[in-house]
Amino acid sequence: MAEHTRAGAGTRPIASGAASGTTSARRRPAFGPGARIALLAVVAAGVLALYLFQDLPARWQYPLDLRGRTLAGMLLVAVAVGVSTVLFQTITANRILTPGIMGFDAVFMAIQVFTVFALGPVVLVATPPLVSWGVELVLMSGFVVGLYWWLFMGRRLDLHVIVLAGLVLGTVFRSITAFLQRLLDPDTFAIVQDLAFASFTSVDRTLLLPTAVLVLAALASLWPIRHDLDVLGLGEAPAIGLGVEHRRVVMHVIVVVAVLVGASTALVGPVMFFGLLVANVAYTMVGHRHSRSLPAAVLIGLIALVGGQWFLDRVLGFATELPVVIEFLGGVVFIALVLAGRAR
Amino acid sequence: MIQTDSLTKRHGDIVAVDDVTIELGDGLTAIIGPNGAGKSTLLCSIGRLIRADAGRVVVGGLDVATTRSRDLARRLAVLRQENHLPIRLSVEELVGFGRFPHGGNGRSVHDRARIENALDLLGLEPVRGRFLDELSGGQRQRAFVAMALAQDTDYLLLDEPLNNLDPRHAVELMRLLTRLVTQRDLRIVVVLHDLNVAARYADEVVAMREGRVVAQGSVEQVITVEQLSDLFETPARVAEVEGRRIVLWE
Repeated sequence: MAEHTRAGAGTRPIASGAASGTTSARRRPAFGPGARIALLAVVAAGVLALYLFQDLPARWQYPLDLRGRTLAGMLLVAVAVGVSTVLFQTITANRILTPGIMGFDAVFMAIQVFTVFALGPVVLVATPPLVSWGVELVLMSGFVVGLYWWLFMGRRLDLHVIVLAGLVLGTVFRSITAFLQRLLDPDTFAIVQDLAFASFTSVDRTLLLPTAVLVLAALASLWPIRHDLDVLGLGEAPAIGLGVEHRRVVMHVIVVVAVLVGASTALVGPVMFFGLLVANVAYTMVGHRHSRSLPAAVLIGLIALVGGQWFLDRVLGFATELPVVIEFLGGVVFIALVLAGRAR
Repeated sequence: MIQTDSLTKRHGDIVAVDDVTIELGDGLTAIIGPNGAGKSTLLCSIGRLIRADAGRVVVGGLDVATTRSRDLARRLAVLRQENHLPIRLSVEELVGFGRFPHGGNGRSVHDRARIENALDLLGLEPVRGRFLDELSGGQRQRAFVAMALAQDTDYLLLDEPLNNLDPRHAVELMRLLTRLVTQRDLRIVVVLHDLNVAARYADEVVAMREGRVVAQGSVEQVITVEQLSDLFETPARVAEVEGRRIVLWE
């Protein structure tokens, strides 16, 4: 083999195997990740414009206002779910678990139903939405952070234990919710049932601004640790070896994820497989660098939500609620990932 | 210089590392011992991948428990036995992560030079653009060693780096490590299973059993019939071939 000695080190390299001498062609896709993100942004902007402005009647104020409200909700959900899913998959070092699958939103639902059950439906209807929103959010985020702090940091657990714990906890909370719902009277049940399904068309306008502030604050808090995120994706031991303050950064990310999931769930309701869908499409398109995968996941989420809503509204004519379709697609991806053996 | 002071680590009821106080000098140190002796736990505790329950570790004057992890990562690189990556990375990208502790994004001239040098030393040039999950176990192992080298530290801790390597690459890696010791003044600690490799390349051998260090010294002092028979509870024979010690089992 060639003895290509380098200045500085002056040490001879290890033989490079049978392939030495032939330089393998490096894979250069036709469009780089940057171009792909730009493309996603253009598509997202197009879909947004289409949704907002297509077929506006002469009296455009009201429909535009209505569409704007739905759009704002979808934008916030796309950001919250996309970012929280990618981050969660980074700290758990896998690409199949999401906060939704781990039962974060189940905790939220359980808290809501329990509140109704304990205090009566009057309380839920009578309290200003902002107050109940705030209380539920704090309760849920606090609970989730506590739970997962205990799960992730109390001891050394492998992924399978965490998955199992998450699935069991999710089931427990969903069962508690279902059990409490059975004890409710039909009227109250109807109110609670309404909360249990995600809906983008009935977003509470008063919650949009506080949710936006919360989501932005959570995103801003990520700025100082933005470089650590990529390293975190290598797994715990390599990340520590490379000098990431692992416990502190992971805790930070768990809090951000809990807040984002809470904000999204409080706004539109639970979406289980949506995050999985957008995160995995993003990885496939632009890879795992967070500077690319985070914006890509958000844009893909936005395209899926707004484009899907547009399709349902204008083409199918409100035949069904969008989350049903998205959850179906996400579920298919979930099964495909499990079968493809990528769930490591 | 690496020093541990009454280092103790328990896994439940089992004491993996039991009150270990040692000083590891310059050069290449090999840790040997039977399965479950606490070799990896000791190495990972020194490299702060595992938090010790008691005791202190000082590496190059820095207390491992209190020094900022980033500062430590500039002085000390550590590689665990299992290196499974959850994400899809090319060899080049992985090696580039070695520059992270230096605040580099891997794109500055100095960073590039370090990455190229590490790729070159481990013979990874031909596969630099390939994804890690497409490589053989041995190539992947070498890619992780290259990342640790790109970290450009004074200390290098490797846990069974010869796993997955065929004789040729094992020998080449050990030769590379000894060259790094002489040419870059790197201090290297390796956990080794193969006693013949330890006897051939180590400057110093540390023998561990049941969480304790039972012997420390030169190859001549530690790789002996009495020490090894006792250490592995199996009658050993030590032969000399061309002036090197070879371990045989009865």
